[in-house]
Amino acid sequence: MANKVAESISREEYFYGHKACAGCGGSLAVRAALKVLGPNAVSVLPAGCMSAVGFNFPQLCFSNNSIISTFAGTASMLTGVEAGLRARGYKDFTAVGFAGDGGTADIGIQALSGAIDRNDNIIYICYDNEAYMNTGIQKSGLTPFGAKTTTTPAGSNIHGNIRPKKNMFEIAAAHDIPYAATASVGYIYDFIQKVQKASQIQGTKYIHVIAPCPTGWGVAPDETVDIAKEVVDCGLWYLAEYENGTFKLNHKPKEFTDVTAYLKKQGRFKHLTDEDIQIITASRDKKWEYINKNFEL
Amino acid sequence: MSRKFLSGNEAFAEGIRLARPQVISAYPITPQTIVVERLSEMVEDGSLKAEYVHVESEHSALSCAIGASAAGARAFTATSSQGLLYMAECLYYAAGGRFPIVMMNADRSTALPWNIYGDQRDSLSQLDSGWIQSYAENAQEALDLALMSYKIAEDKRVQTPYMANLDGFVLTHTYETVDIPTHEQADKFLPSYVTDNRIDFENPKNMAFSAGPDTNYIFKYKEHKGLLAAAEVIGETEKEFAEIFGRHYTGLTENYRTEDAEYIIVTLGSIAGLCRETADKLRENGVKAGVVRIRYMRPFPNKEIADVLRNVRAYAVLEKDISFGNEGTVFTNVNSALKKAGIDVKGYNFIGGLGGRNISAADIENIYKSIAKGTESVNFIGIGGEDNGK
Amino acid sequence: MRPYIREKKDFSFSEVPENTSFEAGYLTTVNSGWRSIRPVINTEKCVDCEQCYLYCPDGVISIKDGKAAIDYDFCKGCGICAKICKIKAIEMEAERK
Repeated sequence: MANKVAESISREEYFYGHKACAGCGGSLAVRAALKVLGPNAVSVLPAGCMSAVGFNFPQLCFSNNSIISTFAGTASMLTGVEAGLRARGYKDFTAVGFAGDGGTADIGIQALSGAIDRNDNIIYICYDNEAYMNTGIQKSGLTPFGAKTTTTPAGSNIHGNIRPKKNMFEIAAAHDIPYAATASVGYIYDFIQKVQKASQIQGTKYIHVIAPCPTGWGVAPDETVDIAKEVVDCGLWYLAEYENGTFKLNHKPKEFTDVTAYLKKQGRFKHLTDEDIQIITASRDKKWEYINKNFEL
Repeated sequence: MSRKFLSGNEAFAEGIRLARPQVISAYPITPQTIVVERLSEMVEDGSLKAEYVHVESEHSALSCAIGASAAGARAFTATSSQGLLYMAECLYYAAGGRFPIVMMNADRSTALPWNIYGDQRDSLSQLDSGWIQSYAENAQEALDLALMSYKIAEDKRVQTPYMANLDGFVLTHTYETVDIPTHEQADKFLPSYVTDNRIDFENPKNMAFSAGPDTNYIFKYKEHKGLLAAAEVIGETEKEFAEIFGRHYTGLTENYRTEDAEYIIVTLGSIAGLCRETADKLRENGVKAGVVRIRYMRPFPNKEIADVLRNVRAYAVLEKDISFGNEGTVFTNVNSALKKAGIDVKGYNFIGGLGGRNISAADIENIYKSIAKGTESVNFIGIGGEDNGK
Repeated sequence: MRPYIREKKDFSFSEVPENTSFEAGYLTTVNSGWRSIRPVINTEKCVDCEQCYLYCPDGVISIKDGKAAIDYDFCKGCGICAKICKIKAIEMEAERK
């Protein structure tokens, strides 16, 4: 029984033998994207989980050309790699960056904005595990409201992180980027198709993929894919694209699954009170009101 | 070859044009901006074929250059002062990755307080980063160093990035007549960049990786040796340069009337001219004065410094920087060279020109007089008069 | 070509590269020691839907003769494959010594 999506991507493995945690969502995102882009992909990864687990001389886990950038410099190094290869006459390659949420929304946002502004021909993929996981679970700009991290402890005074996620997808879109998309490793076909689509477009492409970290989220290693699906199903994440000035929703759940169930099965949200969950549910509803009004289906 | 009346910045830009960089990352900062402006004009009129990238910060400027170099392309960028410090992380990155990028740095004071004028605190504070560092005295040398820089940096024995320093405003913005070589001459001197330290689709690489305690020190040692090897390569390059372009340079240092000198000023950059004039004046009055202009602070000319200062009665290091809480960095380096060679000669540090403050002929004459009499170890020019700080 | 285990695992002074770039896909250690449980595929039941192959974070599942197969050198025993298999053709068993 042939799987069409499996047939449409390389059978090779380009990210292999790495030291990521068992069940790592980030590594699934990187692995899948490289199988789409093939051996002529040139990957740039900043300091973060994927580079830390994949590039420890002499254990080098990428079989395609790959390089680590400075933490803030993913997009700027990508720009340089692309310009350099083009200057040398190469035409058949894809410059792709894999940065975490910290490396994208916080320290890396300036360089990303610059790259989009220049419309450099690169794919920038943010694997979002919702905290600085490589350094042991600290809050980032993409840590959701209420999450317990080591720098936003959940005590009786403050219940974890008090700020919402920065909307990087819409920030990228606000640049009028040629293509931006949200994705989840729980919906891997959708992610694969978006990477395929991005690889066919000229200019800067931004894909934001939710990639759960079982260690940091406080779930069992075999829960990664299920929880990545559930975050979409309960409406706290949405699958959408931005192209040619238009927002398009790819997946509209007929009925959202229970937000409380999604939150409470994760160690980082166990402390949430009913009031906290109400705030989360209300903000989800407000966002979906906006989506339903402004996104095409 | 043509002759043009150019500023230091413009002359440097001409040198870079002749070196055929493939990727230029540009961000403005006074007093370097003219370089990237001229390069953009050259790209526009077709006299320079390069990918010109408008980066959004200095950190991105060098990060982009590193990416381009990792792709196997010849990369260039320019900066100064605050920008140099902003990209400081990338300086160490480029050097450790052995990417032979060339960067022009307009030597400028660093905040606080804010100051756009020339001193040497920015580049001297980054001596540890692993870059070759040259200090030009005039526009012709700036142009020539721009051409030589890639040849030295890309040499297989070196593979180290090169920072070409020009004194802010006093060199970047002053004009002189320069000889501009032809592309034919330049191409004969400088071939294309060839390396295996690059992205390769036939033999893919993993680059800029981590190395743990068991191997890290080996990488660092090799990086150190590479920079040291530049000394010999600089000599060879200058010899070849003289054969093709007819201009001679003297290696890591340039000595003036030092053979029998009893009192020598050691300095960097464009102030050396005034030092030589002052030395000439003192010679007329029977004082055996000499001047050493350090052209390269890295690799440091330990041997040359030891040889030239061995028999003096006293020397002064005149520099435009201070390592707060101690002394000027050039002074530290010079003293260490002497100590390593077992030479015990009286030396004095003169800190001048900070924030673009003028250093006069009288100041320099004063230096020679002070070291003959004996004075404090570390002296700030302009501080120490009756109503002036002491 | 996927990254694979090489013979040469130690590098002396002269063998350490001159710069920070080296052959891609060079592996010197396996990950099998991480496991406390291991997935076992019932090839009789396997219908080659390829879900386990697609969702494995480490890429250790491949399709051999129309059936899923596991590279136990690099499987970490996360259990995603067992969870994702709709027909329960994969069971997690205790790691044998």
